[in-house]
Amino acid sequence: MTYLHNIGAYFLMIKDMFRKPTKWSVMKTLIFKDIDDLIMGSLGIVAFISFFVGGVVTIQTALNIDNPLIPKYLVGFATRQSIILEFAPTFISIIMAGKVGSFITSSIGTMRVTEQIDALEVMGINAINYLVFPKFIALMLYPFVISIAMFLGIVGGMAACYFGGYSSINDYIIGIQTDFIPFHIAYAFIKTFAFAFLLATIPSFHGFYMKGGALEVGKASTTAFVWTSVVIILLNYILTQMLLS
Amino acid sequence: MIEVKDLQKSFGGTPILKGITTTFENGKTSLVIGQSGSGKTVFLKCLLGLFTQDKGSITYDGNIYSQLNTDQKRDLRSKMGMVFQGSALFDSMTIAENVMFPLRMFTKQSKSEMQDRVDFVLKRVNLPDAHNKMPSEASGGMQKRVAIARAIVNNPKYLFCDEPNSGLDPKTAIVIDNLIQEITDEYNITTIINTHDMNSVMEIGEKIVFLKDGLKAWEGSKENIFITDNEVVTDFVYSSELFKKVRKMYLQERNT
Repeated sequence: MTYLHNIGAYFLMIKDMFRKPTKWSVMKTLIFKDIDDLIMGSLGIVAFISFFVGGVVTIQTALNIDNPLIPKYLVGFATRQSIILEFAPTFISIIMAGKVGSFITSSIGTMRVTEQIDALEVMGINAINYLVFPKFIALMLYPFVISIAMFLGIVGGMAACYFGGYSSINDYIIGIQTDFIPFHIAYAFIKTFAFAFLLATIPSFHGFYMKGGALEVGKASTTAFVWTSVVIILLNYILTQMLLS
Repeated sequence: MIEVKDLQKSFGGTPILKGITTTFENGKTSLVIGQSGSGKTVFLKCLLGLFTQDKGSITYDGNIYSQLNTDQKRDLRSKMGMVFQGSALFDSMTIAENVMFPLRMFTKQSKSEMQDRVDFVLKRVNLPDAHNKMPSEASGGMQKRVAIARAIVNNPKYLFCDEPNSGLDPKTAIVIDNLIQEITDEYNITTIINTHDMNSVMEIGEKIVFLKDGLKAWEGSKENIFITDNEVVTDFVYSSELFKKVRKMYLQERNT
């Protein structure tokens, strides 16, 4: 029953997110602040992880291809497919559920604990629109982060190829151009938009409706991370089945 | 005027408010007193609409709160000012931004007009130079005064204060009490204060509602509280020797 109640409350929160909008002059400032916190603040870690995971994917692929009949360009091909289809959109989103999700839950949760949300509501402000909507809009720029992750993942693979001597740069470039299906990029970005919505709303839900004190803020952040990850993985399966099968 | 009829609220089957009926008049400072756990904060949060009552009604100048739609409720709330026990200042904003916040949200004033109004209310609460401080840099008394400034900046019709003196020294507490009283008179607003502070009761209690175990045990003015023979009230209000002496002196003076 609690799960059903929470699912219902989550959808009601989403409905409230679009009701009685906050004044644009105020909302604009909140959106820019959230773009800075959630998008710009994540670029460093995303770039670092993407570059090195791209490298690791390349090394592992190359080491598993020991048959001389398999062409060397397959390393680039496999890296591209792994990065674009799965690593950048899905696994970066799981990492973002930890980084951005816990930030959202703890900041909104702290506002709940210190009665700042009550203060907003007493003033007649739609607190859900004020707090969640700017995060939702800011995270609509999330595909920009994923584009960088895709690019750096492939560059990381190329660097690993070059420095590890697994294949030549030319072979790698041929590999990343082989059998390229543009819809795979569309598929990755459709997933990214869906995950961005989850990243904005599930942690906000856990922060907004938390009860208790400082300790519960920490617990709510952990719960938000777990649920955001679970829903991302489930939705990833459903979207993949729908779009690629 | 705020009229409360048979207000009842329980949490998890435990009744907290068991049917409170009272009235708070415009332009008067009303105090809700009672021991910890008597239901004062729940009562105030029901008045503010932060908790929905199980039974009973709250009427604001003829409008029954529970019968208003969401937008009407939000409009009504924009006419309310609230001073929270912990001040509830927005910790990512400066003091000036905190005070300006209701103006930015609900008025079409220019930036200079808003700035003038913020300057005025910050002077009014004796904080003329605190504009650029963050709430975390302000003392408890300063935070309370900023919370009052934020509550009154948009000329509210109703002002609610939850223990505005908690954690303050007696001198600052009197400053806060007098400030609330002056603002209530000046703008003819309906002010309701939850408090434990008996100095506040004696100083500014134009109407006092005493809650005990979720019920209204007594109501009257600060003059009535000296002469009441209701033991429940006298046990609570005159629990200190000092107040017993004050009451004795008052009664002696009154009889001569």
